[in-house]
Amino acid sequence: MSSVERAQPALPLQQASPVRSSGDLALRILVYALLILLAITMVVPFLWMIATSFKTSEEILFPNFFPDSPTLENYTFVLTETALPRWYVNSFIVAIFSTISVAFFDSIAGFAFAKYQFPGKRVIFVAFLGSLMVPTEMLIIPWYIMSVNPPIGATWVDTYWGIAFPGVITAAGIFLMRQFMQGVPDELLDAGRIDGVSEFGLYWRIALPLSMAAVGALCIFNFLGNWNAFIWPLIVTSALDMFTLPVGLQFFSSEFTADWHLVMTGATLSLLPLLTIVIVFQRYIIEGIALTGVKG
Amino acid sequence: MLQMTVARRKMLWAYIFLAIPIVFFAVIRIYPAFFAFAMSLFDYNPLAIDQPYVGFDNYQTLLAEMNKPRSVTRAAFVNTAGYIVLGMPLQLLIALAIALMLNEIRSFATLFRLAFFLPFVTSTIAISWVFRWLYQPQFGLFNVLLKAFELPQQPFLNNPKQALASILAVVVWQGLGFAVVIFLAGLKHIPRVYYEAARVDGATRWQTFRNITLPLLNPSIVYLVVLQSISFLRMFAPVLAMTDQGDGGPLNSTTTVVLRVYREAFQRLNMGYAAALTVVLFCIILLVTIFQLRVTTRRTN
Repeated sequence: MSSVERAQPALPLQQASPVRSSGDLALRILVYALLILLAITMVVPFLWMIATSFKTSEEILFPNFFPDSPTLENYTFVLTETALPRWYVNSFIVAIFSTISVAFFDSIAGFAFAKYQFPGKRVIFVAFLGSLMVPTEMLIIPWYIMSVNPPIGATWVDTYWGIAFPGVITAAGIFLMRQFMQGVPDELLDAGRIDGVSEFGLYWRIALPLSMAAVGALCIFNFLGNWNAFIWPLIVTSALDMFTLPVGLQFFSSEFTADWHLVMTGATLSLLPLLTIVIVFQRYIIEGIALTGVKG
Repeated sequence: MLQMTVARRKMLWAYIFLAIPIVFFAVIRIYPAFFAFAMSLFDYNPLAIDQPYVGFDNYQTLLAEMNKPRSVTRAAFVNTAGYIVLGMPLQLLIALAIALMLNEIRSFATLFRLAFFLPFVTSTIAISWVFRWLYQPQFGLFNVLLKAFELPQQPFLNNPKQALASILAVVVWQGLGFAVVIFLAGLKHIPRVYYEAARVDGATRWQTFRNITLPLLNPSIVYLVVLQSISFLRMFAPVLAMTDQGDGGPLNSTTTVVLRVYREAFQRLNMGYAAALTVVLFCIILLVTIFQLRVTTRRTN
């Protein structure tokens, strides 16, 4: 297919879009109108959330969309009277820790599968990939039993390691890195060996730097996935100050169910930094999804 | 002799590279999966003195529950099926329409793409609470709008007849962006010469879509059908966040299989039964995955 695509510029037909230029103005206007309408339905809930977060407890009962006299009181309350800042830190620590771990272990395992021959390679690879078919929901009960009575240490409940351990190495990431590292030329590695580079050096100094695009995509998805992870952190944390952001937000919102101005402030605070990151990196993230088919 | 040692040295290094991942997968992924199977055969309560072996009793309870017209478990399976059967096609249809439209335009394409994509990367819990507020009777935005147009107010999440659809709409809304991106990638892979040829042959827009776009988009469609079905099958967080006390109500009208697992295992400590539920879930996912493998291998042959 790609060869056909490459041959395409040779064709004399101009403008590759399937839209025909003749008499399609009406259709084009219709498409834009529909897209604008749909885009509005995507954005309005966020605006409503932000607008509510600046309202007072009285004003949320009025039907106006934007606040008449915006107040920052809700933000002061949520940031000083609740543990939300702490949940932020927790989420950040867990997401950073598991992302670094995934970047290292997934890429080194991918390197081993892509560039080495050894007995049992197929079996190990299939076992890794096969584990993808087992849903998290099936593992959370055994994980919980394991966390209460862990193989190492006293208890994993209410610890950062307890929250992070299921995701410190991922099968999907290993698969992605293997695919990518197969593209690293063998000649380059052999040249390194002749120059006396150690096998770990080949990974660290040659294969890894050449795979940075894939590692980057993997890191972003992993960070987002960990940041938004819910069911396992919900189960493995019981102490308020060990909650991650989604767990804390669920707890906080349930406590303040009728105080929508506070709930929306919590939601806004939990979403804004992430939204900023996504808007900045959007091109990279969207292309990464298209490339790998990974679901955040 | 030297060759031998080099080959063996490389082999040794491969095992060193894989040592920690192998231990990890064995201990954290594979052993717990078998453990879950085993647990489903026991009356497993972590606080009880002993965990008696009960054979297939948990599965029999499950079966009996399924046959009871108004049991929670039955409601959970029926609702989950509803989420998949209604949500997956709806989501893919809307996403396909959006992708086709985005593919036609050139100005502001990135901006539109971003708008559809944003909800997908945001936390489901935050989104669920935002919509819970939007759905509120009287003061929620939806009811404010209905009132402005002099339409009757709706209870949405508070009515057993509307609650499932209300939650489903949020999940469909949030997941659109992912499906759009996958469809757009699929559309980009369709060689443009096909469209030019169709144009030369005087094919209508519908014929072009029916005979070129749709068949060539098949891999993306199969991929998304499987992936989205599985994600609807595993629905949990939106129901927990959008129902009172996270109980899957009103009157169990929105509860799901995974919510049942959570309640049975971690609130009633009935872990054996919950494990049996997850085994059933696993079997369904296995069937869906096998279906995907069969469809995709048939196509490449």
